[in-house]
Amino acid sequence: MTAMPASTSDIAIDVRGLSKSFDGREVVHDLSMQVKRGTIYGFLGPNGSGKTTTIRMLCGLLTPDSGEGRCLGYDIRRDADKIKRQVGYMTQRFSLYQDLSVRENLEFVARLYGMRDAHGAAREMIRRLGLSGREEQLAGELSGGWKQRLALGTCTLPNPQLLLLDEPTAGVDPKARRDFWNEIHALAAGGLTVLVSTHYMDEAERCHEIAYIAYGYLLAHGTVEEVIAKSALSTYTVTGDDLHALQDQLTGKPGVDMVAPFGTSLHVSGRDRAALDATIAPWREHRELHWQHGEPSLEDVFIELMTRSKDNFQ
Amino acid sequence: MSVTSPPKHRSEIPEPRFGFWRRSYAMVVKEFIQLRRDRVSFAMIVIIPVMQLLLFGFAINTTPRNLPTAVLLQEDSDLARSILKALENTSYFHFTREVHDVAEFDDLLTSGKVLFGVEIPRGFERAVRRGDYPALLVAADATDPVAAGSAMSALGVVVQTALAHDLFAGDPPSLPFEIRAHARYNPAASSRLNIVPGLVGTILTMTMLIFTALSVTREVERGTMESLLSMPIKPVEIMFGKILPYVLVGFIQAALIIGIGVLLFGVPVRGSLVMLTLLSTLFITANLSIGYTFSTIVQNQLQAMQLSMMFFLPSILLSGFMFPFMGMPVWAQYIGEGLPLTHYLRIVRAIMLKGATLHNLEYDSLALLALMVLAMTIAVTRFRRTLD
Repeated sequence: MTAMPASTSDIAIDVRGLSKSFDGREVVHDLSMQVKRGTIYGFLGPNGSGKTTTIRMLCGLLTPDSGEGRCLGYDIRRDADKIKRQVGYMTQRFSLYQDLSVRENLEFVARLYGMRDAHGAAREMIRRLGLSGREEQLAGELSGGWKQRLALGTCTLPNPQLLLLDEPTAGVDPKARRDFWNEIHALAAGGLTVLVSTHYMDEAERCHEIAYIAYGYLLAHGTVEEVIAKSALSTYTVTGDDLHALQDQLTGKPGVDMVAPFGTSLHVSGRDRAALDATIAPWREHRELHWQHGEPSLEDVFIELMTRSKDNFQ
Repeated sequence: MSVTSPPKHRSEIPEPRFGFWRRSYAMVVKEFIQLRRDRVSFAMIVIIPVMQLLLFGFAINTTPRNLPTAVLLQEDSDLARSILKALENTSYFHFTREVHDVAEFDDLLTSGKVLFGVEIPRGFERAVRRGDYPALLVAADATDPVAAGSAMSALGVVVQTALAHDLFAGDPPSLPFEIRAHARYNPAASSRLNIVPGLVGTILTMTMLIFTALSVTREVERGTMESLLSMPIKPVEIMFGKILPYVLVGFIQAALIIGIGVLLFGVPVRGSLVMLTLLSTLFITANLSIGYTFSTIVQNQLQAMQLSMMFFLPSILLSGFMFPFMGMPVWAQYIGEGLPLTHYLRIVRAIMLKGATLHNLEYDSLALLALMVLAMTIAVTRFRRTLD
């Protein structure tokens, strides 16, 4: 035994300077992160930002070009086999056997992890997932929401210490999403560490901590409040007539970093409060427009971070 | 989004002129692009016909010459040497072994190391001089009637002409001895006896190869490989898990073909059924390992099928299934030695038709084992444990 068992430390994931390139294109750049045990850590960022690549490096599916670190106390380069035993990984694409039934999929995984009573473990999981009565149905025939539940059940079946969930709720209806998150919180309360990547802002707010990654760079991390506070973004919410024209007029003006429609309102944000106020002053006179200064939403912060990083890195 | 401005009306998209041609053209362009991207498919377009042409053109010879022959010389006389010379001059026979007793002679024929055996009995010359009309024995391994056939049919006439110059100044009415040609194992020269055992090997090669060749690529294409790799399972374990079920499948197939061969076509099983079972299992496993190796090399299921085809073609042409192995040029024989089917054909024909024992088949069994281990080693080292 080389590494100390991870239970002695309260850090589940501790990586420094991870980089990974594919065909000369750097997908993850110098990424460092720490995830405490028993927390739900949200991993946010646009498509192609390197979320999946990072998750794959953490569980030994990809070898980092540089950087090092530990996952559950094991070296991510040397001890991939030991990490795999402790980690449940739910892939972005449904990756259970579509031509096996619910029960057969669960029993397969239970046997792979060497569980003594594979049949019993599968039956218990079917009951917990509320899939009783469907155990003989082929996994490929389940609806999106049930597939996702089954996938989560499959990767939690061997009682892992760490769950890596790659966009687990993509394409799932709101009710199933809510149930899913309740389940995740219950698991975390039981000591499981969860790293979950997502596009949804409401899901980010359900995480204990979040990290935002774009173009391979980790741009912000901390609790939701910390990330919003650190952004130093001023945001006005505008309601009124012909907001579309207003958006066209404001976009690109000095001090206006971002203009984005939100339903029947428009969010106008800028990092330089004074410049922003100066620019919008003429429009604040309009009677049809109602301006209100408020907290930026997490989405405002992320989109601003993303556009800024695009300028810096691309 | 805007509350006040009226929704803009978009005009309806019309059916284009020559719609049929435009859409077909779009499809053709797309298919060409995809074909060009798939390098392996592209290569196959060239490689498969060229390979077939070269093999049929250069390697295959249905009237083979210089066939390996053993000699059992019971007396060392001028006449005996003349006869041997005459036989070799026919260019059908090539004396590769000289043996000293009948057991060795039979052994070589059974193991397939030689295709013919010539025996000149003791007191042959004296018997000829006395006018006793003695017999010269030419035994042929007739399991493959094509290989032995032309040499056998040429035997009488050609030897007579060749000997005429040596022995008799004039034109003798006939030979003073008998050439007793003995087509062993398959006296009726029934090609069925040769083909049915051969089919066992050929069918198994085809099916086993494809079963496992698709196995890894299927997991990759369906996306299940990613989650499989993230679980604590090792490449060797994946390989065994994928190969073992098909050993049983292959076994059932082999039993089916042999059973039909015996019951319907009257092909005998002269050797040990246990030995046949064991060596067939070895052959099945060797093919499954090779198929599995392919599946760790290729990118998708189409390529796996193509690579299997590329392996199957020379297996059929160069193994001795369709055409006599001994009749092929040496380079083709070397390629043939690298194919499991070659060795299995010798094994299955020898056990079923000749009643061979393991002792006769040592070389071919070891060759099968070596090919299997080689394939498995390549498969395990080639297997990508990560998605890098």
